[in-house]
Amino acid sequence: MSYFRAENLSLHFGGLKAVDAVSFAVERGEILSIIGPNGAGKSSIFNLISRIYRPTSGRIFFEDQDITEQPPYDIARLGIARTFQNIELFENATVLSNLLVGRHRHSTTQLWQELLFLPSVRANEKVHRRRVEQVIEFLDLEPYRDKLISGLPYGVRKVIELARALCSEPKLILLDEPSSGLNVEETDDMSFWIRDMKSELGVTVLMVEHDMSLVNRVSDRVIALNYGRVLAMGSPAEVQRHPDVVAAYLGA
Amino acid sequence: MRFLFKTDYEDDIRLFPHSGYIVSYGLLLAVLLIAPYVLSSYLMSQLVFVCIYATVGVALLILTGFTGQASLGHAAFLAIGAYTAAYLQKYNVPFPVYFLAAGALTGLIGALVGFPALRLQGIYLVIATISFAFIVEEILARWESVTNGNEGMRVKAVSLLGVTVSRDSPTFYFICLAVLVLTIVGTLNLLRSPTGRAFVAIRDSETAARSMGINVALYKVKSFAISAAITGFAGVLFAHKLSFISPEMFTLQLSIEFIIVILIGGTFSLHGAVLGAIFIVMIDPFLTYLKDDMPGIIAGVAATFGAGSATAGNIQSKVAAFASLNGLKGAIYGIIIMLFVLFEPLGIYGRWLKIKLFFQLFPLYKRATFKRQKIYVKSERNR
Repeated sequence: MSYFRAENLSLHFGGLKAVDAVSFAVERGEILSIIGPNGAGKSSIFNLISRIYRPTSGRIFFEDQDITEQPPYDIARLGIARTFQNIELFENATVLSNLLVGRHRHSTTQLWQELLFLPSVRANEKVHRRRVEQVIEFLDLEPYRDKLISGLPYGVRKVIELARALCSEPKLILLDEPSSGLNVEETDDMSFWIRDMKSELGVTVLMVEHDMSLVNRVSDRVIALNYGRVLAMGSPAEVQRHPDVVAAYLGA
Repeated sequence: MRFLFKTDYEDDIRLFPHSGYIVSYGLLLAVLLIAPYVLSSYLMSQLVFVCIYATVGVALLILTGFTGQASLGHAAFLAIGAYTAAYLQKYNVPFPVYFLAAGALTGLIGALVGFPALRLQGIYLVIATISFAFIVEEILARWESVTNGNEGMRVKAVSLLGVTVSRDSPTFYFICLAVLVLTIVGTLNLLRSPTGRAFVAIRDSETAARSMGINVALYKVKSFAISAAITGFAGVLFAHKLSFISPEMFTLQLSIEFIIVILIGGTFSLHGAVLGAIFIVMIDPFLTYLKDDMPGIIAGVAATFGAGSATAGNIQSKVAAFASLNGLKGAIYGIIIMLFVLFEPLGIYGRWLKIKLFFQLFPLYKRATFKRQKIYVKSERNR
């Protein structure tokens, strides 16, 4: 059985088939990239997994559990974290509180305990804080801890979003275009971090990406999509040579 | 300027970041504790109202400022708290019991209001909460067996441990102050724990909050319940302070006053609730003063500039007529809100922070320091 599996996943908006009977599997500990031209349905697949959209048909399995009908907030509790293509951070909060929100799935305290800020809450806060600090160190975010998101440049925000996802200690992380809007050096950093996430933190990565150099550097396998259908699946080199993929990108 | 070097995770958790805070809040508390023995009874009465309004302000901040759910229905929550107290008092329920019961009942009703509010956002939520306030007002006026209808209800003085606490006594003021301080401390505790962060997350991005494992619906209902419960507690004190309550005291105007409290104080910090409460309570005597004395002053000025006594008298009566127009107070409130939203969206507390920074950085303060923030606030208005 695969670690993560999508079976015949479809998402239709009226007559438009954004995702059309897509099936794929992710193995534990691999980096799988989804590529494809604009509108191919890449982000839609992510939104189906994180339950922002409800699939028209098909099923999603994670660790042999059917998660198709889980409410959105349970997806994160199961250990699937994600980032967004257009950065969805908490703008008017500090970097630190953004990252601490990432710890939400691990919070166990009750409301009345929090109102009194009992020692148990304080102890929990310190544990959260320590885990957040590890992620801050991992992603070199030390200079920004107390800064408000609204005053930070785009590249940093992108990293903070990744950090927030990592703070939840996910088993599977969904990265929606991690390199969009980043310059060459920032993209380099990102590719190192993605590989480190796999090797050091043992996170399985499913990512949507346009930058083929990044895809080639980090991916174990690649899936190419177009018009909501899978064109090709395999190693990065195989997929790029596949005639259908070439046709989709360059026009036949 | 003070630089904080953090050496412990505790530094990010504690309520007072450094000793300066302890000194200044200690002084403030000392002043508040000796106030009843120094100030006139009129000012003491105003101070009690400041405490009550600030408590409601904190409640509204939790809901509107931190969770991002607007409400124009808080006068109704206040009314529910007040009437619960008045009703239970008739059956000789002791003060601590009906105080807690009022908070619990209001919290429960707040949660019930929260459920339909889950599907509404922005202006639609405001309309829904206004409707709720009207429904409550109407119920209070018609459910005569419980609320005594439009004739209103008398509220006896607080009876605590066998002692009767008059509404003008220092003890009553201390009760109100204690409720305010406990509310603030509880709210600060909430804000530095997962629930408070979840509220802020929902305010800034529901999508991201959901994908981080926050049950958005549950936390919105929680926010409504907490906010309503605190307002219910304030309602009990409000009823005791007025010693008489009737439905027309809890109108839309009162809800708007609560919105003014947080808008003018500043929606991003609890300081705002207190500053806004001081503003709204103190503007009333100021307006009364203007209404009484302004016509005479203007006539006097006109006379010194050579107007005849007949003309001056004419001016005086015209200005007096204008000052006693119906709805002038509402218009002035409206203008104040508009000016604040346009020119100081961060409220009095935001302005205070800027003044403080000016002195901390003197003479290096730049006008552009808050430019980016301001631009951000302006562009967000169209969202």
